[in-house]
Amino acid sequence: MTADSASTQIIRPYGDTTGDGMVQVSFTLPVPHGLRAQAAALHLAAAMGLEPASVVHAKPMGPDFTFFIVYGRVRHLIDYARIPEPPGRAYPLLTAAEINLAVRAALGRRLVVVGACIGTDAHTVGIDAILNVKGFAGEKGLEYYREIQVVNMGAQVAVEELLARARAEGADAVLVSQVVTQRNAHLDNTRRMAAAFAAAYPDAAGPGRGRPLLVAGGPRFDTVTAADLGVDKIFGRGTTPAEVASYLVHALLPAAGAGEGR
Amino acid sequence: MSKLGLDPATAARARRLAARAAEPIIEMARTHTTMSVERALLRLAGLSGADPGGMPWVNHLAEAVRAQVGIEHGVALPVWDALLTGPHGGLRELAEAAAAGRVVFRLPEGADAAAARRAAGRAAEAGLARIDARRAERDRLLREVGDPPHPWIYLIVATGDIHEDIPQAQAAAREGADVVAVIRSTGQSLLDYVPEGATREGYAGTYATQENFRLMRAALDEVSAELGRYVRLTNYASGLCMPEIATLAGLERLDMMLNDCMYGIVFRDINPRRTFIDQRFSRQIHARAGIVINTGEDNYLTTADAVEAAHTVIVSQLLNERFAHEAGLADAQLGLGHAFEIDPALPDSFRLELAHAQLVRELFPHAPLKYMPPTRHMGGNVFAGYLLDAFFNLAGMMTGQSIILIGMMTEGIHTPWLADRDLALENVRYVRAAAGRLAEDFAPRPDGFIAQRARRVLAESVELLERICDDGLLHAIADGTFGVTCRPPDGGRGLDGVAERADGYYNPAIELLDGRPSAHHDAEVPA
Repeated sequence: MTADSASTQIIRPYGDTTGDGMVQVSFTLPVPHGLRAQAAALHLAAAMGLEPASVVHAKPMGPDFTFFIVYGRVRHLIDYARIPEPPGRAYPLLTAAEINLAVRAALGRRLVVVGACIGTDAHTVGIDAILNVKGFAGEKGLEYYREIQVVNMGAQVAVEELLARARAEGADAVLVSQVVTQRNAHLDNTRRMAAAFAAAYPDAAGPGRGRPLLVAGGPRFDTVTAADLGVDKIFGRGTTPAEVASYLVHALLPAAGAGEGR
Repeated sequence: MSKLGLDPATAARARRLAARAAEPIIEMARTHTTMSVERALLRLAGLSGADPGGMPWVNHLAEAVRAQVGIEHGVALPVWDALLTGPHGGLRELAEAAAAGRVVFRLPEGADAAAARRAAGRAAEAGLARIDARRAERDRLLREVGDPPHPWIYLIVATGDIHEDIPQAQAAAREGADVVAVIRSTGQSLLDYVPEGATREGYAGTYATQENFRLMRAALDEVSAELGRYVRLTNYASGLCMPEIATLAGLERLDMMLNDCMYGIVFRDINPRRTFIDQRFSRQIHARAGIVINTGEDNYLTTADAVEAAHTVIVSQLLNERFAHEAGLADAQLGLGHAFEIDPALPDSFRLELAHAQLVRELFPHAPLKYMPPTRHMGGNVFAGYLLDAFFNLAGMMTGQSIILIGMMTEGIHTPWLADRDLALENVRYVRAAAGRLAEDFAPRPDGFIAQRARRVLAESVELLERICDDGLLHAIADGTFGVTCRPPDGGRGLDGVAERADGYYNPAIELLDGRPSAHHDAEVPA
């Protein structure tokens, strides 16, 4: 594989010899175990670019399914020289320890987060997944972070209540979650919230500089931008607590989080 | 004979301390009630169903009583008085009328009160008789169909759709599961009502409803008969509706229920007082229904370090045991939880795991312990995960655990695929067959690493219990003793649903359950 020119670098998977192209895959087919099922597995392997391939393990799982482990030589070639370094997330994903350290170092106190489902929305699944210790997708929620103080106001919170609580707690960030989308309630509620905060902090220079950071989350914000809603950030379906916590550090404590990609 | 050289006096001291720490909490539970306790009585009396918006009639009725006369006397007297003196044909009609604001409730006195008492008492007795009948039915099925030996293999299904869960649960049973748990939808524990009907949409789990319970139990009865072994069904009582869900579980013959004394407080920010009051009633119902509870100590180790916090697991188990015994549960109904969560990168991690697992086994020799697989240190390397799960299975066999939750090598990636479950079962079957009765031969060296570690964890548990006795359990929870999370006594959800019982408080279910707490206590519970 020594390159003929500096502009190509052809690679293949490596089993035990350069260029052998060997890979292993495992998968389940929804057919009964038997020779015909094995032939189907080899067909699939060939379609995936594995040729020659061999079924090294085929096991029935109940009457209707078969599990396969297949080894084969992949015929595809990759020119590594043509693969650019992908752009990272705008901010690094930090561990709980790093987040706690960043908050301690930059603030010298706990970072205060106030969260709520605003308007008539009673679906706290989103805000709870981010805030509750229990968390989401195997990650603990923000309550788990020693240096983050969480106030979870729960469901059906009025914008005025949220604003008052955010002021009383000295919130660094306000998280609102919106699941119900009937008649665009999620967009209207979020805009009203943003407008109320804008009116309440007229002299703010930005998030963390005179007003709290405003973060909206929910599964149906994909048609709008943060600027449309007047918030600082939107998170969509599948967001994990660590992503949110890392963002809070990035946006509020720039000295602590910026510029150190991992 | 202790393999670890545990001093029986130390264990006895730990139990005495746990009882002392629990006492003020038990006293509080005996002198307070909650909206969910009151609604559970209505469910026991047969009120079910919901309005077109999905709000259950028990909520409407209890709320109407609270708004007019409060719940500190219990809902029984106002509700059955309204039934006896009004035009309503039954609880359902009464609830509908109450929801429409057409019922005036009062606290009856004299002969009216006596009549309401009798009627409510009969309704509660009838409800408990239904639970007794379901328990007798389980006993009969265990005899006729067959009861699998320990360790039971515990598998989870969680599609969100009860009609998808059913074939998956049946497949899991055919693949070897002795216990099937249907994980609840994220956030159900925070709902202050129990959803109704068969549900097809949940977030990372399926709603616990009476109809879902019924459908799944029927499906497992079918597959139990086919397999010649009774397949147990598990669900979750934790949350704001613990008493009601416990009641529904008893009525639908569920076999095991997650029911922890502190899980809701620590991990769901449910008010501590609410949790302890709800918990007592829910456990009384479980005791009556012959249900095995599963406690949630494994969760502490997902937030706290499994070595540093090992003694908090023991302390919580001792508290769970005390609360359970007080509520009438027998040892055979105590599925105390613990977990294999030590960082595998730590030297001697397996020896530490063995020390912890054997300690729990010896402290609770008659409890069907529930041993949970690694989750915290399961990442994307499924090969390493498979190895770790095998070590977990081996530790379970060596220390004689009773209920083994099957670890998935894809734990850190996605909900289990069909093949993941099959490979996990292959793993446990191999270890079970290969290790056989290895527990008989496992004799840690006296005063060796394992024995010393176990004794040290027990000593630390005693120290922590002493501190809890001095400060009070509510204060210890507020201090972040468990799961490194601080929960003040007046914080969290559900406190507004708590009321101190007034003189003359009447709840026939509690009267019946309190009156015979030991009826089943010494009896052999076919767990």
